[in-house]
Amino acid sequence: MAALSDALLVVAMLGYLVAMICYAAVYAFGERGVVAKVATRELVGAGGPPVVEVVEEVRKPAPRQSWADRIAGWVLMLAGVAQIGSLIFRGVAGHRLPWGNMYEYVLAATSVAAVAWIVVMVRRPTLRHLGLYVALTQVVLLGVAALLLYVPVGPLVPALDSYWLAIHVTAVAISSGVFLIGFVPAGLFLLRAGYDKGKHGFPFSLGEKLPAAAVLERLSFRLHAFAFPIWTFGALIAGPIWAESAWGRYWGWDPKEVWAFISWIVYAGYLHARATPSVKQTTATWIAVLGFLTMLMNLFGVNIFFTGLHSYGGL
Amino acid sequence: MTTTETRPAPATEPPPRPGWGNFVLGLARGLWRQLTSMRTALVLLFLLAVASIPGSVLPQSNVEIEKVQTFYREHPTLAPWVEKIDGFNVFGSPWFAAIYLLLFTSLIGCVVPRLRDHYRAIRSQPPKAPARLDRLPHHASVADFDGDVSAVAAALRKRRWRVVVRDDTVSAEKGYLKETGNLVFHCSLLAVLVAVALGSWYGWHGNRILVTGKDSGFCNSLQQYDESKLGPRVDEGKLPPFCVTLDDFEATFQTSGQPKQFRASVTVEGDGPTRSASFSVNDPLRLDGASLYLLGHGYAPILRYTDRFGKTQTKEGPFLSIDGMQTSTGAISFPDANVDPATGKRDANLQMGFDGIYMPTAPAQAPFLRSDFPAENNPGLLLTAYRGNLGLDAGIPSSVYRLDQTQIDAGRLKPVGEGKLLKPGESWTLDDGSTVQFVGTKKYIVLSVRHDPGQGIALIAAVFALGGLMGSLFGKRRRVFFRLASPSPTSSSRLLEAGGLPRTDYPGFAEEFASTVAAVREKT
Repeated sequence: MAALSDALLVVAMLGYLVAMICYAAVYAFGERGVVAKVATRELVGAGGPPVVEVVEEVRKPAPRQSWADRIAGWVLMLAGVAQIGSLIFRGVAGHRLPWGNMYEYVLAATSVAAVAWIVVMVRRPTLRHLGLYVALTQVVLLGVAALLLYVPVGPLVPALDSYWLAIHVTAVAISSGVFLIGFVPAGLFLLRAGYDKGKHGFPFSLGEKLPAAAVLERLSFRLHAFAFPIWTFGALIAGPIWAESAWGRYWGWDPKEVWAFISWIVYAGYLHARATPSVKQTTATWIAVLGFLTMLMNLFGVNIFFTGLHSYGGL
Repeated sequence: MTTTETRPAPATEPPPRPGWGNFVLGLARGLWRQLTSMRTALVLLFLLAVASIPGSVLPQSNVEIEKVQTFYREHPTLAPWVEKIDGFNVFGSPWFAAIYLLLFTSLIGCVVPRLRDHYRAIRSQPPKAPARLDRLPHHASVADFDGDVSAVAAALRKRRWRVVVRDDTVSAEKGYLKETGNLVFHCSLLAVLVAVALGSWYGWHGNRILVTGKDSGFCNSLQQYDESKLGPRVDEGKLPPFCVTLDDFEATFQTSGQPKQFRASVTVEGDGPTRSASFSVNDPLRLDGASLYLLGHGYAPILRYTDRFGKTQTKEGPFLSIDGMQTSTGAISFPDANVDPATGKRDANLQMGFDGIYMPTAPAQAPFLRSDFPAENNPGLLLTAYRGNLGLDAGIPSSVYRLDQTQIDAGRLKPVGEGKLLKPGESWTLDDGSTVQFVGTKKYIVLSVRHDPGQGIALIAAVFALGGLMGSLFGKRRRVFFRLASPSPTSSSRLLEAGGLPRTDYPGFAEEFASTVAAVREKT
C-alpha cells in the first residue's frame, strides 16, 4: 500500500509536468481566440458601492480545442486523481488519517488544491488555461515534499492521537489548499493588470493571453472568501480547542500559532482592503499574495527554522 | 471594519475659532476621525502582523525560558538590548499592547456608529421606488399582470423579502444579514479580547515534576510548584484545595522508539471524595477549578549513598531527557554527607554530588552515551562522583538538574575517580571507602495545573465571530421594486414593471431577479 502511494505520487507529478508542457504549448502556439475575451462593464448603483458585473462573451458554436489543450485538461485531472489516490493509500497503509507529518500535510493540502482547481475548471472552462500555473505550483510543492520531507508510513505520535487531528488539520489543510488555488489567479491578476496598464516587459508579457483582469480578480476573491472562514475555524477555533486539551492553554504564541495569526491578519486585511473603494484592487491583491507567502512561511519556514510545540512535522 | 469611506464628511465644518479649547477639541476630533478611518485600521492590522514576527524569531520567556537563557549565553552583548525592548516578551510588551489597543479603539469607534445605523436600517422601511425602473441594473416587465400590488407584496413576503407598499409601487429589500454578520463578527472580536483579559487577571497555572509514590504527592499551593504564575486578581489562599499522588505512569513505544501511548494514574484527594483517575496527552484531568495536563515524562534514578562514617541516605532525582530515546541527564546532591557523628559538624568541603547520564536501554558495549530505546529494557546509569563544596550555601538559586559548574571550574568541587556505569542494584565504592548504590528508578511526569476562566467565553465569542464572518462574506444586500401601471380602459390586466438593484457585489443577482419576477407572475 505504501509503495502504491509512492508510485501514484510519481504518476501525479509526471501528469502535472505533461499538463504543464501541453498548456505551455497552447500558450506559445495557440491562437489568441483560445483565451476567452471577457467584457466588463461597471455599474454604479444608487448610493451603493460600484458593482462590477462580468459578462462572459458567448462562445462561438463548438469552439475547436487544440489537441494539446484537450490532453492537458485530461492529464491534469488524471494527475489530480493520482495525487488523491496517493493520499488515500497512504492513509490505508498507516491505518489512520494521512496528515500526521509534514510530508503528508503537503500532500493533503495540495490534493485539496487539485480538487478546488478541478471544480473551477469544470465550472468555468474559459479559465482552464490557468492550469499551466496550477500545474507549476503543484509540481514545485510535490517535488519539495517528495525530495525533502518524505518519511516512511508510520503510526501517530501520542501528541497527535486525537480526534482533533481530523478536525483541526483537515480544516487547515482544506483552507491552505484553497488559498493556494486563490493565490494563482491573484498573482495572474497582477500580471494582467500590469499588462493592461501598458507594461509589456517580462513578466507582464505573460498577461497578454490571460483572461480579463476583472475575471481573475473575482475568482481570486471568491476563493479567498471561501477559504478564510475555514482557516478561521481550523486555525483559530479548532486549533485552540485542541491546544487547550493537549498543552493546557488555548493560545500560547508558539511559532506556528504566531504565523497562523499573521496569515489570518493579512487575509483579513485583504478582505477589508477589497471592500474599501478607495484601495486599489492591485493593492488589495498584493495583500492576498502576501498572505500566501505567510502561509508558505508557516509551512516551511516555521518547521525548518524554529522549534516549537508543532515540531513533530517530521523535519 | 471601520467607517465606510463613502460616507460624506460633515459638510458644514464650523469655522475655526481662536482659543485653546477649540484647538484641542478640533485636534482630538481630527485624530479620532483619522484613527477610525479604514486606512488607519489597515495600517494597524499590518503593524500587528509585523510586530508578531519577532515573537516567533526570538525565544519568548513565557514559552521557553531555557531558550532565553541560551540566547543570553550566545549573544551576551545583544541580549540586554533585546530585553530592554521586551524582545523576549513580545506579546506582553507595551508596544504590542499599544498596537492592538489602538486597533480595538478604532474598531469600537467604527462599530458603535454602524450599530446605530444598522439598527435604524432594520427598523426603517425599504426606500421609495425610483421614478424610472428601467434605469436600474436589472429590469423586467410583465405585460398582462392580473393581480394588484398586494398580490405582488404577498409573493415577495413569501420569498422572505421585507416589503412596503406605497400606492402602486412595492419596494422590497433583503440581505440585512450581511451587515448584521459584519457587526457580530467585530463585536465578537472585542469579546475575545475581553475573554483574554479575564483569563490573564483571574487565571493561574503551576508546573511541576511529579514522581511516582505516596510520599512524592503534592497539594495545590504555590510553594509546591517549580514554576507558577498567578493572575493579579487571584487570591493565593483561595486556590482550589486538592492533593494529587502519581500511582503509576505507563508508556508504550513502537519498535522504532516512537511513543505510542502515555497514561498517568493518580489518586486525587480534596476534590470531592478521594478517588483514582487517569489522564493522558490530549485527555486532561478536569478537577473543580483546575485541570491537570500531562506535558512530559521521564525517569528519576534513586541513589543510596553510604558516607565514610557509615551513614546512609537515599535520594531520587528526576533526570531530564535529552533525546527521543530518553537518554536523560541530571544530578543528585548529598549536601549533608560526611557529617562527623563525633562532633556533629558538617564539613562544607566533604559534600557529595553525582551527575550522570541515565539510559533506559543502555547499549551493549561502550561508549555508554546514548540510550537505544526509551523503555527500560537494559537500564544503565553512567555516574560521575564529585566531592567538595556544592556551593548550595551561597544563597544563589541553582538548577537541581546540574551540579554548580562554577564550583567545579574553581576546583572547589573535584571529580572522584572516573565515571562508572551502574546497573540497578550495583554499588560503587569510592576512594574514601564510601559507597554509592544505584537502587533503581521511579517514573515521573511533567504536570501543568491550570485554570483559565476566560477560555469558555473566548470559545463562544470565536464561534460567534465565525458565524458573523460567514454572514458578512456571503450575505448580499439587494433591493427590488415593482410598479403597476394604471389600468387601461379596455383590459383588466395591467403592465407590471420590475427593477432590481444589488447593493453589494453579487454576481448571481440576475438569476435571482428573474426568478423573483417569475414568482410574482406565477402568483396571479
